Amino acid sequence: MIVKLGAVVSDVGARVVNRVWRLGFASRFFWTMLGHSGTALRRFPLTLREIYFAGVLSLIIILVSGLFVGMVLGLQGYDTLARYGSAEALGVLVALSLVRELGPVVAALLFASRAGSAITAEIGLMKATEQLDAMEMMAVDPVARVVAPRFWGGVLSMPLLAALFSAMGIFGGYLVGVVLIGVDAGSFWSQMQSAVDFREDVVNGVIKSVVFGVAVTWIAVFEGYDAPPTAEGVSGATTRTVVTASLAVLALDFVLTALMFRGT
Amino acid sequence: MMTRKSLDFWVGVFVLMGIAALLFLSLKVANLSSFSNGATYPISARFDNIGGLKVRGAVKSAGVVVGRVTAIDFDNQSFEARVTMALDDRFRFPKDTAAKILTSGLLGDQYVGLAPGGDTANLQAGDTLTITQSAVVLENLIGQFLYSKAAEAPGKK
Repeated sequence: MIVKLGAVVSDVGARVVNRVWRLGFASRFFWTMLGHSGTALRRFPLTLREIYFAGVLSLIIILVSGLFVGMVLGLQGYDTLARYGSAEALGVLVALSLVRELGPVVAALLFASRAGSAITAEIGLMKATEQLDAMEMMAVDPVARVVAPRFWGGVLSMPLLAALFSAMGIFGGYLVGVVLIGVDAGSFWSQMQSAVDFREDVVNGVIKSVVFGVAVTWIAVFEGYDAPPTAEGVSGATTRTVVTASLAVLALDFVLTALMFRGT
Repeated sequence: MMTRKSLDFWVGVFVLMGIAALLFLSLKVANLSSFSNGATYPISARFDNIGGLKVRGAVKSAGVVVGRVTAIDFDNQSFEARVTMALDDRFRFPKDTAAKILTSGLLGDQYVGLAPGGDTANLQAGDTLTITQSAVVLENLIGQFLYSKAAEAPGKK
């Protein structure tokens, strides 16, 4: 009994130590990556290629999801607002919820599963097939050549994707609210314009999406770089990327919202 | 593998779309184009009660937005609220303009309404409006209503 209990305790302890060790390694890796970012930004075509894979190829899913999220917001929002006789406030509801929360958060979640998993799988497979080791043999630093461009590609793509998501969502809300249901177009836009503030809402949304971009891509490149060099290891790392990145986005969103919007 | 040129092209399209979306959000949604770079002049007013007025609330005259509330604080000498507003430079008001706190719709936001007076001199930057009317507080209104109902009730019998 005591022996069994001891085994459980040491198992938990080992897990905790392992997590702390990984967090430390991830942080050290983050600094190394920032230190090697000079190359990625000087040889910009490398980063440009990653913007293509992370950003351009995510466009379809971001645009379509944004449109549908906006249309659903339009339908649900109208249904609720109409009960209080203030259906004209639909524009405010759609724009504020998209620009402040849904745009950055949902775009980051989609980005984590669409681009983050791809980054992890790519780097992990490069490691498993010893391409990273081969680079090191040729005196090419894999962090500078492979990891940093992917990181910057993701960080630069994320705010643009979030803005596209919000814009598309507002368009979707407009389609359902104004074109389909028949809310007055003038009050839809004018109430939106008087309620949405540039500094408070739009800039805070962009700040959120930059933070999410850093978090998601960091987790993705780290999981790939740290993946055990086996088929199983790469598949586990890909799963961990999506799970950890999604949880990190939601947790960071709570912290950022608490800091930014304290109900003034 | 794609050629360098078409890759650059698609990244360019993506960045352009992203910037267009950001511009749409800031100009069309947040309405940055109006009232941000226009010159304004500050005016303050004292109210007994500002109700639910908030910083960045609208200042309207004849229903047109002519400025924004920039600061609200409490004067510990006269126990009144001091509301500072930034009015658009294009609009000038007479010195004896009256300020009221009004509500847009039944449940809408509260705003400051300016009713111009007849003075020939205009308000200058930093002036204080002396004629003000406080926000209507629903509880006081109901209290007055009940009070007057109670007062007339015995006579009606």
